[in-house]
Amino acid sequence: MKNRLLWPLLALAALLLLNLAVTPSFFALRIQDGHLYGGLVDVLKNGAPTLLIALGMTLVIATRGIDLSVGAVAAIAGAVTCVHIGTSDSTGTALAGMAIALVLCAVLGLWNGFLVAGMGIQPIIATLVLMTAGRGVAMLVTEGQIVTVNNTAYRQVGAGFVVLPVSILISLLVLGLVAFVTRKTALGMLIEAVGVNPEASRLAGVRSRTIIWTVYVFAAVCAGIAGLMISSNVSAADANNAGLWIEMDAILAVVIGGTSLAGGRYSLTGTLIGALIIQTLTTTVYTIGVAPEVTLVFKAVVVIAVCLVQAPKARAALSFRKVAVS
Amino acid sequence: MTESPPPVVEMRGISLAFPGVKALQDVDFRLFPGEVHALMGENGAGKSTLIKTLTGVHRPDAGETVLAGEAVAFSSPGEAQHAGISTVYQEVNLCANLTVAENILLGREPRRLGGIDFPAMRRRAAEVLARIGVHIDPASSLSEHPIAVQQLVAIARAIAVDCRVLVLDEPTSSLDAGEVAELFRIMRVLRDEGVAILFVSHFLDQVYEISDRMTVLRNGMLVGEHLTADVDRRSLISQMIGRDLGTLEAIEDAAEKRTAQGPVLVQAEGLGRRGAIEPFDLEIRAGQVVGLAGLLGSGRTELARLLFGADRADSGRLLVDGAPLRLRGPRSAIAAGIAFSSEDRKGEGLVADLSIRDNLVLAMQAARGWTRPLPRRTKDHLVEKYLKALDIRPANPDALVRTLSGGNQQKVLLARWLVTEPRLLILDEPTRGIDIGAKAQIQQLVTTLAAEGTAVLFISAELEEVVRIADRIVVLRDRRKIAELDGSATGVDEVVELIAGGAAPDKEVVS
Amino acid sequence: MTALAPRVPTRFLPVLATVALFVLAFGVGSARYDGFASGQVIANLFIDNAFLIVLAAGMTFVILSGGIDLSVGSVVALSTMITASGLKAGWPVPLVIVVVLLTGSTLGLLMGLVIHKFDIQPFIVTLAGMFLARGLCFLISVESVSIKDKTFRAVATAAIELPGGVTITYNVVIALLVVAAAMYVLHRTRFGRSVYAVGGNESSALLMGLPTTRVKVGVYVISGLCSSLAGLLFSLYMLSGYGLHAVGMELDAIAAVVIGGTLLAGGVGYVLGGLAGVLVLGTIQTLISFQGTLSSWWTKIVIGVLLLVFIAVQRTMVRR
Repeated sequence: MKNRLLWPLLALAALLLLNLAVTPSFFALRIQDGHLYGGLVDVLKNGAPTLLIALGMTLVIATRGIDLSVGAVAAIAGAVTCVHIGTSDSTGTALAGMAIALVLCAVLGLWNGFLVAGMGIQPIIATLVLMTAGRGVAMLVTEGQIVTVNNTAYRQVGAGFVVLPVSILISLLVLGLVAFVTRKTALGMLIEAVGVNPEASRLAGVRSRTIIWTVYVFAAVCAGIAGLMISSNVSAADANNAGLWIEMDAILAVVIGGTSLAGGRYSLTGTLIGALIIQTLTTTVYTIGVAPEVTLVFKAVVVIAVCLVQAPKARAALSFRKVAVS
Repeated sequence: MTESPPPVVEMRGISLAFPGVKALQDVDFRLFPGEVHALMGENGAGKSTLIKTLTGVHRPDAGETVLAGEAVAFSSPGEAQHAGISTVYQEVNLCANLTVAENILLGREPRRLGGIDFPAMRRRAAEVLARIGVHIDPASSLSEHPIAVQQLVAIARAIAVDCRVLVLDEPTSSLDAGEVAELFRIMRVLRDEGVAILFVSHFLDQVYEISDRMTVLRNGMLVGEHLTADVDRRSLISQMIGRDLGTLEAIEDAAEKRTAQGPVLVQAEGLGRRGAIEPFDLEIRAGQVVGLAGLLGSGRTELARLLFGADRADSGRLLVDGAPLRLRGPRSAIAAGIAFSSEDRKGEGLVADLSIRDNLVLAMQAARGWTRPLPRRTKDHLVEKYLKALDIRPANPDALVRTLSGGNQQKVLLARWLVTEPRLLILDEPTRGIDIGAKAQIQQLVTTLAAEGTAVLFISAELEEVVRIADRIVVLRDRRKIAELDGSATGVDEVVELIAGGAAPDKEVVS
Repeated sequence: MTALAPRVPTRFLPVLATVALFVLAFGVGSARYDGFASGQVIANLFIDNAFLIVLAAGMTFVILSGGIDLSVGSVVALSTMITASGLKAGWPVPLVIVVVLLTGSTLGLLMGLVIHKFDIQPFIVTLAGMFLARGLCFLISVESVSIKDKTFRAVATAAIELPGGVTITYNVVIALLVVAAAMYVLHRTRFGRSVYAVGGNESSALLMGLPTTRVKVGVYVISGLCSSLAGLLFSLYMLSGYGLHAVGMELDAIAAVVIGGTLLAGGVGYVLGGLAGVLVLGTIQTLISFQGTLSSWWTKIVIGVLLLVFIAVQRTMVRR
């Protein structure tokens, strides 16, 4: 367990140190108007949506699934809320809009769960449907426009501060909540059981379908909250670009964090570290002055490196240690 | 039969180990041209492994294979085929999405002008099919044909090349009587052409009908090679099953003391599932150990799965406590107090990457649902109790089940069900592949449970074990229940007789 | 049994369904809008989607073998970038073509080797390939690079007159040649038939002695080659190279192949199905643009719904 997090932690530390070398003030924190600012805070704030989506993705991947639709779901959440708020500046309208959006996201999660658990369609394909159609739906909601809002309450979600940026607090809260629920109830154990051996779990009487359904709904709701953050941060809903490729980043964060795509044992801490690595990587590319788009090359290298370190065959080939291949 | 021609295949001292299992130990094997040679043995005896070693799927750790006088070491099935060893596996290993002709000639299609010559391919395929007397359209899709025809296509593929050795690994398990006769006709034709045929089947009648010679394996070791004419069924079965004396004395006593039996707990009336097991009647009483005896493929696992709802029955009904119960899946069986420990520990039993603790409480937790977790203290108490009671080692609840030995894994699986305090415990081969000590412990446990009033359905390939442990013995053959015997008054020989298909005994027989 | 069987083997049904869908969509368009049922509208379907046809052909190989390739859109972008900047640097056109095609196939080869040798899921490996190829674009240039080479522009704008006053571009000819070549390879060569075998049942294919390694790596090389060729066509179409070209095009390609009746589980499907799938997608776009009041986002929704319908139908067919 500890071992699995060693490499990701080292990678994160190396990245942070690199930033420190380039920008000596990187670790410095300062308080201004009761708000905390600094390089680390920025990393956390910018990484908050990815972290949220990655949390949902972790549980989905633990059941041997994958959810490609989260980016589109995030866009829908932002679109629905902004359209509902319109020109209003009332807190009530903002709250109602967000509630509607999250309920809708839960319904979309039910839909994914239905395709995967109910119809038995491969998760990649099942969620590809919503990935493709979802952006269209978001555009439909916004009528193809970028909907801007000017709502003080809504702005708090993505850009507000309570000492720390609200988005950081929300994502940490969700992280804590998931950790608490999966540990204190039997959900975590049953998710892992379904992911490791679905047939044995069925024969032990586990309601695999309910479990699978639950994780897709959770993933969609996480995506919805992330979508609210993204849209609130810029006070606008951009159906085309909000949450674009965030599913890939989230999957990456999960995999870097040591959760295998083959399902089974998962690590929420690992996902946190994975999300931080990705965000720090992006930040690093900025600070060392390379074009931000080139981050993709680094991401590719990281994915391949991490996968190779995890793949049993690659390990055997590199003879890290002998792994019994059953 | 004279032994004048030299063997076409000779394997000497073959050994092969997989992680944790010695699959083959120093096995010798000979195959002569123009003979049908049956390879006999129970589950785990090493038949498949030996075949896969011969056909280049596995490479042996030790030993040598000589093909027509030359030492060979195949590194892929392709190489073995090239050398004239063709194989037809139990599950049809063809591509159902392609045509019959392609399946026969894939990888060696006739070509013209750089492309595949489809008319020539169809002609060639039709020729091969005609050789074995099968008349189907080579251009039709393989998936349009029933399994039996697909099996014949697989044989056509095997003989489409110049094959000296034809390996048939349980080709008859999905065929009906007429189809088997057809297959045998083809086998005889090929044999008379001088092809050496290696044949595996669980149906003794078939083995005696078609084979000239047989080799018997048990637990990865060679038991003997005989001319079929020299061995009768009884001695063959006892060679396959073997006897494991000396571990069961204590249990005998316990079984005899257990006289009083409770009311009928579970009752099956005409329960059956097409292709798995024919409709059967069965009564299991509280505190009773019912043994299922039969060879591999006789339907013993299938029967157990029906009782547990792992597969759905398509006929008959099940009564629990005298009231009908519709099993919609394992959950409803578990709710009724039925537990099932699968013979496939790794695939259907344990969750290898979870700890002993999680595996132990899995079934109970699943029954409670995820919102009502077992309190930590209850969990620790249960785990501690069963680690001790079953002597599970290492006695570390956090150890991953994957790292345990076979015997300890089996005990963890048993403990998972004991935790739920089942009223009927179905144990499918709970003692297979585990060491003697653990075996005795598990047998002891079964008798203790029964004495405490639990009903047990005990399935084992080892007749000795079944006869000793069971109060009643249900005998299965060819997916049918053929007899039900009183356990205390029955000997192994009698059961062997029944399985071998001899005369019905004068005991009570339920058909 | 044979007497009762329909004339058309069931394996052609999904493709026929797609073709029928295309005809239906086109028929609806013709009935509702003036000028829809013209040869040029059909020709434009091919002109505007030539690169997608090539991508779908390559993707068909990968999906038939049971894999998936997410990198194709990015490889298209990378190819446009190499083309544009190569021409800008004064490379001769043939050299540019060779470099582009080599880059695409090499990327495909590398991904195939990683997938096969290390047993890592195609999804993740090609996702990394997608990041890598797009990142490489931006390494070359962050800006859009326009193509000013005369030969190149001449080929791009050249129109081929067909009878009836319909014009097409060279792109269309190349795309159709690729489709023909792909059909030949899939149906007439041992490699092609092995692709079907591996996708149908990999362990069977291995036990039948087929070269599964060559197939599993080969399909990614072919897909990479097709992607880079599609990139060349896209350069001709856009006359520029840009790292943000062809974003999400991999999904269009996958959608076209699936709508064309190819089973995502592998083993069943045709190149022509992919072509039909592209034409269906193109027709929907044309329909929506002719309609005028419907916005372009409806395209995505319709594609999603079509995907769903075809997947659901496939699912029931497989179960049967």
